[in-house]
Amino acid sequence: MAGRLLVGTRKGAFAFERRDGSWRLANAALLGDPVTMVLASSDGAWHAAQDLGHFGVKLKRSRDGGATWEDRPVPRFPPKPEDEEDVDRTRGTPVPWDLKRVWALEESPSRNELWCGTIPGGLFRSVDGGESWQLVESLWRHPDRKAWFGGGADFPGIHSVLIDPRDPNVIRLGVSCGGLWISTDGGESWECRGNGMRAAYMPPEQAHDPKIQDPHKIVQCSAAPDHLWIQHHNGIFKSNDGGRTCIEIENAAPSSFGFGVAVHPRDPTTAWFVPGVKDEKRYPLDGALVVTRTRDGGNSFEILRNGLPQRHAYDLVYRHGLDIDAEGDTLAFGSTTGNLWLSEDQGDHWQALSTFLPPIYCVRFAG
Amino acid sequence: MASLYFTPNLARHTQCPTTTLEARTVAELFERYFEHWPDVRGFVLDDQGEVRKHVKVLVDGRNMSDRKTLSDPLEADSEVYVFQALSGG
Repeated sequence: MAGRLLVGTRKGAFAFERRDGSWRLANAALLGDPVTMVLASSDGAWHAAQDLGHFGVKLKRSRDGGATWEDRPVPRFPPKPEDEEDVDRTRGTPVPWDLKRVWALEESPSRNELWCGTIPGGLFRSVDGGESWQLVESLWRHPDRKAWFGGGADFPGIHSVLIDPRDPNVIRLGVSCGGLWISTDGGESWECRGNGMRAAYMPPEQAHDPKIQDPHKIVQCSAAPDHLWIQHHNGIFKSNDGGRTCIEIENAAPSSFGFGVAVHPRDPTTAWFVPGVKDEKRYPLDGALVVTRTRDGGNSFEILRNGLPQRHAYDLVYRHGLDIDAEGDTLAFGSTTGNLWLSEDQGDHWQALSTFLPPIYCVRFAG
Repeated sequence: MASLYFTPNLARHTQCPTTTLEARTVAELFERYFEHWPDVRGFVLDDQGEVRKHVKVLVDGRNMSDRKTLSDPLEADSEVYVFQALSGG
């Protein structure tokens, strides 16, 4: 069973620990500044990405369970050539070649690599434990990258980085708005796949264009990595072929709109979602907060509400705000209202770990 | 010698002591400062070397005009202040 939970919020990073059968807040760090992403790497270090607003994006690392933090190098975009045409096509504004947010931070443990997805849509790799970062030029220079556009954020970004457990050369990305991208050669080349996703926010003739899709989050079953679950702006999709094709799941009551998704690490047919009223309102239907769970690959969904507020709850769970531990029994999610819930029985029962945290950006188990 | 001052709010994140340096432009002043205090660069300038959107630079009491290449000229005794802009952030 998981023992630690890291939480990135509008006002710092928090760590919860399970001791003597109960969860408690063990550490509050980096207080006062937004922490947009956290990662516990296999060497025991904790990584935190800050967005300091005035002073830019920073990375911190703690090697002592959050007691002390050191500054770490930050990914940087290369100089933008004077004649480079790079415009966000929704807003008609130039895409800044400047790090605005760390939106994904992942480890490839077998290679001691770190991967970082950003806004704007850069993918960075570190092969020296974060001492330096290299922009993955093959993706940044890909002509279709310029077809991406911003959704909720002003500029497009990479929020999901999935390293295939069978082969670290196989990397899948989720981009808002830019679809599902796959490399099978360690990032040397990229293809946009994900055929079958549907974008109702585009004119009909463009609705099925893979490179303008808005997957809010993509997750991968560790034991069956060809099985992906996608919480998309227009609903829930899954892929059984590693992301080449996607199937829409249309029967997820009370709503298939949301941001977060979790998949069981050993059972690819079991997945969880936190639905909201689509798509501009984004709060739980009738103020009743629920989690939905499928155990049969999306043929049916259960509505889980035991322990969750069922009246006047207006919590929204961001795309990185839902996580499941490596064993597949413990889930946690945190909301924009600063509420944090945890279940140790796959969502059947939930307990509130806190109801007064700052707005929560990300929740991740740390083993 | 031009003097360079930083908002105390930046000192919360990184060391940035007041310093006087020989410089003909803001760009020169910053580059010489960053030779001594390299970590300050990323707090003041973005990835393209431009002044961050929500950072305000005053040269002898006036907003600097060239936030892109920092070409604003300095007098021998200029005072340059780096503040947080009262916007966003």
